[in-house]
Amino acid sequence: MTVQELRNQFPALADSVYGKPLVYLDNAATTQRPRSVFDLWDTLSAHANANIHRAVHCRAVEATEQYEMTRDAVRDFLHAAAREEIVFTSGTTQSINLVAFCFGEAFVKEGDEIIVSVSEHHSNIVPWQMLCERKKAVLKVLDIDEMGVLEVDSLRKLISQRTKIVAISQISNVLGLVNPVKEIVRICHENDVPVLVDGAQGCVHAPVDVQDLDCDFYVFSGHKLFAATGTGVLYGKKKWLEAMPPYMGGGEMIDRVRFCGTTYAPVPGKFEAGTQNFNAIPTLRPAMTLLREVQNDVELMQYQAAVMETVLSALQSDSRIRLFGVPRRTEKKIPLFSFCVEGAHHEDLALILDKMGVAVRSGQMCAEPLMDRFGVTGMLRASFAPYNTLEEAEYFLRSLHKAMDMLL
Amino acid sequence: MSLEEKKQDVIEEFSMYDEWLDKYEYLIELGKNLDSYDENARTEEHLIKGCQSRVWLDWRLEDGRLYFTADSDAIITKGIISLLIGVYSGRTPREIADDDFSFIDRIGLKENLSPTRANGLVSMIRTIRQIAETHV
Repeated sequence: MTVQELRNQFPALADSVYGKPLVYLDNAATTQRPRSVFDLWDTLSAHANANIHRAVHCRAVEATEQYEMTRDAVRDFLHAAAREEIVFTSGTTQSINLVAFCFGEAFVKEGDEIIVSVSEHHSNIVPWQMLCERKKAVLKVLDIDEMGVLEVDSLRKLISQRTKIVAISQISNVLGLVNPVKEIVRICHENDVPVLVDGAQGCVHAPVDVQDLDCDFYVFSGHKLFAATGTGVLYGKKKWLEAMPPYMGGGEMIDRVRFCGTTYAPVPGKFEAGTQNFNAIPTLRPAMTLLREVQNDVELMQYQAAVMETVLSALQSDSRIRLFGVPRRTEKKIPLFSFCVEGAHHEDLALILDKMGVAVRSGQMCAEPLMDRFGVTGMLRASFAPYNTLEEAEYFLRSLHKAMDMLL
Repeated sequence: MSLEEKKQDVIEEFSMYDEWLDKYEYLIELGKNLDSYDENARTEEHLIKGCQSRVWLDWRLEDGRLYFTADSDAIITKGIISLLIGVYSGRTPREIADDDFSFIDRIGLKENLSPTRANGLVSMIRTIRQIAETHV
């Protein structure tokens, strides 16, 4: 597939803003959607709108099939051992909150410890802080070095007898460096500590095999991989999911309800209380299908590597630009670039780029501790998807230089 | 110059620029020329909440009129706040409190800035208005 053939599947990529072609480089926040995704969404909204799992009538059965087929597809996508290990949520944030609450209820006591890294998204920090407050537990932080590389060697020292769980991103949404998750899991498991992997950025950029990683939990969002918003996944090893109490009470998650005591449905239903986002969840299927196709396409992957090299070398060769998350020889970087320009505010740069048609992110990127770690108030982030072209990359660089000329 | 005349002035000035990049150039220029800000007032309590960039606002009441000074770490924001205090500095609290600030809409600032920035603009206006209202 050529990049143009891929782009043709995404109507938004042909849009103009302020009379200029849209160059969409905020993919780490939300990716645009292919026609296959909103066609299915549309069809299901119109013709399969009935509450799943409950009724015996035809429409409800169709909606249920669509939803449950998606569970199988996610199992394949993550290479999980069983479909029961896949729980649908509204997104990565809800998935992490679910684990922080339910795992915390079952296993975390006063004085216990939880480890996160300094480069985590707020969604992988705050739920754990809330758990620590609730249980009087302690949150410990794994640091990174000046280049943004995770100091995995320090992990052994951080882990103690009281460590109950380690929560770490596969790829930071600011740094774009691939963390050695498999090694982290190995170190943690040597100490009998389970690991939650925040895959919000990770599963977008390379195939994931949760059995190979051996992680205990893996979470991601649909809207970052072409699917509808409000679609998220929690993968959890069965032994953990079964040992955890429910998250929310309500319909669907129950076995028997009596005022003298209620019993709960088996996993994953136990964690899917209330009416699910049943017309949107199935959009994960065409989204994952396309993503897999892209990831397996040598031509497209080589093209993306060229985009990556073009932007990386341009940003690195400008002495006014400070890039965060710089790969050394062994680290793999995805085409996600967060940086500061000496003497120019990230917000000014983003505003000017916006008027040139370039959509980038500015600010703290939901990672305030990481901003503090680097001593900056915010950054500018350009994050590329496989549908972004070399021409767009070059236009972005030219626009950036023009914005810098205006401001410096 | 009366408040109405001053506002009309700004609207005309702004309408000279068709392109948004030119408007930004103009705001950048305004920002660069803004009077220096009292370092002692660069404190948390002078910080306006709700902006992506940091904005500090200070004021003094002299002969029944309010005078504002301000600063920001982002230059376009600084230009916008410069525009605002250029219009409202030296007015009586009653004049400011009674104003509807609609000239901001007429120069197209609000809808043409990103929501976070628009929120910042709203916060700036709210703060100026609050200061005025407490002195009416």
